[in-house]
Amino acid sequence: MDATSKTSFNIFRMVGTAILGLFERTGRLVHFIARAVYHSFIPPYFPSQLWRQLVDIGYYSLPVVGMTALFTGMVLALQSYTGFTRFNAESAIAGVVVLSVTRELAPVLAGLMVAGRVGASIAAEIGTMRVTEQIDALSTLSVNPFKYLIAPRVIAGTLMLPVLVLIGDIIGVYGGYIVAIYNLGFSPGSYLSQTWDILERMDVISGLVKAGAFGFIVSIMGCYHGFNSGRGAQGVGAATTNAVVSSSILILIFNYLLTQVFFS
Amino acid sequence: MSETVPKIEFSGVTKSFGPKHVLCGLDLKVPAGKSMVIIGGSGTGKSVALKCVLGLLAPDSGSILIDGQETVGLGAKERDQLMRKFGMLFQGAALFDSLKVWENVAFGLIQGRRMNRKEAREIAVQKIVAVGLKPETADLYPAELSGGMQKRVGLARAVATTPEIIFFDEPTTGLDPIMADVINHLIVEQVQELGATALSITHDMGSVRKIADYVAMLHEGKIVWTGPVDALDDSGNEYVEQFIHGRAEGPMTRRVA
Repeated sequence: MDATSKTSFNIFRMVGTAILGLFERTGRLVHFIARAVYHSFIPPYFPSQLWRQLVDIGYYSLPVVGMTALFTGMVLALQSYTGFTRFNAESAIAGVVVLSVTRELAPVLAGLMVAGRVGASIAAEIGTMRVTEQIDALSTLSVNPFKYLIAPRVIAGTLMLPVLVLIGDIIGVYGGYIVAIYNLGFSPGSYLSQTWDILERMDVISGLVKAGAFGFIVSIMGCYHGFNSGRGAQGVGAATTNAVVSSSILILIFNYLLTQVFFS
Repeated sequence: MSETVPKIEFSGVTKSFGPKHVLCGLDLKVPAGKSMVIIGGSGTGKSVALKCVLGLLAPDSGSILIDGQETVGLGAKERDQLMRKFGMLFQGAALFDSLKVWENVAFGLIQGRRMNRKEAREIAVQKIVAVGLKPETADLYPAELSGGMQKRVGLARAVATTPEIIFFDEPTTGLDPIMADVINHLIVEQVQELGATALSITHDMGSVRKIADYVAMLHEGKIVWTGPVDALDDSGNEYVEQFIHGRAEGPMTRRVA
């Protein structure tokens, strides 16, 4: 075999290995998701674990999601005003704020913030349990790790993110209202009536459906990377990073796909 | 060894990780009610053998019988039933750090067997006292305990569900000689009290002589010698001789070189 043929052969081998690796990883992830969903519905259930996760993912994420929504709504009102005054379209600001917040910004930003806070925490906790053999210990104590560790986190993530986004919607619109009334001199009554007039039920529902999907993505990716964590501190660190990065990217991809489904 | 059905029986068990062959036809019988200790150097497959019995790893081929019943390829429900026969003391104790000591000990009773918390706590405190800890320890968290105390709690958790078979993974690793002897003594005491079968892996010869009825020497994924602990010093097996005397020179060294 001459040098050129060898180089071509090596390139083919590298590409082939990469494709096989991609299929293997995808298959492993799909299998993990299928097991997680199956064990979320099949008893026995662990209500105390589920309650703990509902509080951890929902209640403790409230400050970060609330602050994000508040300042996003405020900035949106300010930016819209500076842009729209050029076209004498100030009256559209209330509509821009409420539609942007409910349809896109609240679900996406809440998803990303929760990915940073909760996804990382899930991956680190489960990864440490893997490294210290606590997950093996669960199995030896006749407790299925998928039912005890994974299912409560996935259910809590999927249920709580819509709740957080609904609260984020209200806070975000209120942020825009504060800026519009106290900074830009709008009339409270007309701002609110413009908000209500333009808002449709589907705007809120689409945001909540997106939030449910993002909550599932964040929790399942945190669990997956933690559960398959490598050994030692480096392994847990890598699992945490991978959980945040992969869930953030998936949130952006699924946001586009769901927007396409709802509004195309 | 006894002629009756062995409690655990490995037959031709193989396990590889990629190109690395860890178990290469493991054959071993563990008689009921006896304590078998597998010895061998690091990386010879001791932990993998243990994880194969526990179902934490699936063998590539071969058979593992418990009470004469095949366990390789068991379904989830059958595996769940089988796991109720097992107790396990992990090398690092593997205590759940978000739970109190008594909740760790009672975990298998509360979560695995759905016992009420009050009753499970009573049993847990009894087990905590039985392994030489004060009852007040029950309300501490694992992070507040020393390594030796964590091992004791791990042992209490392993025996809390009155298992038929108890596995010990390097039970004395990381402990000082006195604490190691205490743990060995507790292991013998608890195993005898339950009338359980014990399968341990270790390379601590002090531990072997204290807790074993039978010893098996694992080398390169196969059992190269097995016999009663009393016969260990007169095994006539060059691998065993080298291992128990801790000699740098011998057949295992030559193979590495």
